[in-house]
Amino acid sequence: MGNRQEILLTGAGGQGLILASIVLAAAAVDDNKNVVQTQSYGPEARGGASMAGVIIDVDTIEYPKVTKPTVLLCMNQTSFNKYLPKVGPDCLIIADSTFVSGPHSDEYKVQAFPITRSAKDELGREVVANMLALGVINAASGLIDREIFRNSIFKFAPRGSGELNQQAFDLGYRLFEEGSGQNNEASAQTP
Amino acid sequence: MPEAKPVLMQGNEACAVGAINAGVRFYAGYPITPSTEVAEQMAAMLPEIGGVFIQMEDEIASMAAVIGASIGGMRTLTATSGPGFSLKQENLGYAIMAEIPCVVINVQRMGPSTGVPTAPAQGDVMQARWGTHGDHPIIVFSPASVYESYYLTIAAVNLSQKLRQPVIVLLDEVIGHMREKVLIPEGKLMVEKTSDKQVPHDWKPYDDKGLTPLVPFGFGHYYHVTGLFHDQYGFPTGDPMQVERALDRIHEKLVKYRDEIILTNYIGHKEPRVAIVTYGCTVRSARAVVKKAYWQNRLPVGLLSLQTIWPFPEKEIEALAKQADVIIVPEMNMGQLVGEVERFARGEAKVVPLNRYDGEMINPDQISEEVGRWL
Repeated sequence: MGNRQEILLTGAGGQGLILASIVLAAAAVDDNKNVVQTQSYGPEARGGASMAGVIIDVDTIEYPKVTKPTVLLCMNQTSFNKYLPKVGPDCLIIADSTFVSGPHSDEYKVQAFPITRSAKDELGREVVANMLALGVINAASGLIDREIFRNSIFKFAPRGSGELNQQAFDLGYRLFEEGSGQNNEASAQTP
Repeated sequence: MPEAKPVLMQGNEACAVGAINAGVRFYAGYPITPSTEVAEQMAAMLPEIGGVFIQMEDEIASMAAVIGASIGGMRTLTATSGPGFSLKQENLGYAIMAEIPCVVINVQRMGPSTGVPTAPAQGDVMQARWGTHGDHPIIVFSPASVYESYYLTIAAVNLSQKLRQPVIVLLDEVIGHMREKVLIPEGKLMVEKTSDKQVPHDWKPYDDKGLTPLVPFGFGHYYHVTGLFHDQYGFPTGDPMQVERALDRIHEKLVKYRDEIILTNYIGHKEPRVAIVTYGCTVRSARAVVKKAYWQNRLPVGLLSLQTIWPFPEKEIEALAKQADVIIVPEMNMGQLVGEVERFARGEAKVVPLNRYDGEMINPDQISEEVGRWL
């Protein structure tokens, strides 16, 4: 796969995945990489399923849609069930164990973290789960320089919430460093 | 050179920023998916720089407002999608006939009628050419990236002013909604001066000696503006000689400035056996194919991408057909521009359509499969 990274962010409408994809793409621009961001529009973007794609490459990017994800984020069970069969065995899969209970198979590299639960319990705000997820993704994949990413998050946050969003991003790093409940269904909780 | 900082921008936003950098200070429109971000961006930017943003009651009125502001001396823009573009046609014809500059952005969605609002398509290619009645000239650009959306909108505004001719920027949902890294010079106006207040004393609004600058209404010259055929002074006429001369006049300006209007780009093998001709977002898939086929595998494959689709780049197709055995024309419609390609290939090359109309983008695999069939 080399230099090309294709990141797919999936979940439910309202989980802030589109914004997360824009912040990720903007951070890639700040890190002097080529980037294209796309998202699914339509009825599914208004309540039901939500999907956004980001392609990061050193080369110019022609076809703008994600075809072979190298990173997949699943923020709910529906998206996990839908997108898992569509990725290759080398794809890094990150699941929010708050909503995703598996099944985890040995075929895939699934890493589960209590993303939404940690945002709620440790920061008191569920809405920053998207930035927390970006922290986990970046810690796991090293896509973008961490400090550059933190600054991009600050720029995109609504006034007064920059630091909270950066804390969420850092908490994502901490969750990743503490290790995931990989292939461990007991760690998963239903909402 | 002003500093250019890389930014993440959407195709629709780039159109708005391009228009403003080209001096547009008036926007009238009625928001419609997938073009709404153009209006949003204009609404945010125009008031801060002393411009005017009006959300009109519908697309017909938006087009009328744009024409009115243009003849009052402002650089103007409106944006819409298929259903709204249909409504704008009557007034667009008026602007062409009365030679009033304006730029219309149409972000194509799946049609006919209200279709699939959020699905991309390239179904308005022929509507952009022939949507309004009568033998009229038209300029249509089709960007394939966020940056092309930016600079083609600037070119549209400047050409529109220079030729006193409406220009259409035909995006598709993919390009309109996609975000991409772009370098945009900051704070720099890309305005080509077309006229100054110094107009000759014997100025006529429709002088048959060639291009005449538009004198804003109420600035010393008083003239008649009509959609009826008119003489040099703008007054209606039915005289066959004057009618013919007037129609020639609006067409000849595009012929004369052809080299400034027609923008195309060829990449790939010098003497391709298989050539791809396409426009808009489909260019991106085709470029991915040529990258692999030519740069990596040295196969005789090339791509002619059309930034200008109307007036049709006849000479470029003629020249390409002499080189290539097969020309593949991928389009996200049931086959619209392919007819023109076939016409100007003049039997020198086999022209093969490649169509997709399920509301999804044509992907590189589809093109590469078709290319493989003819190699």
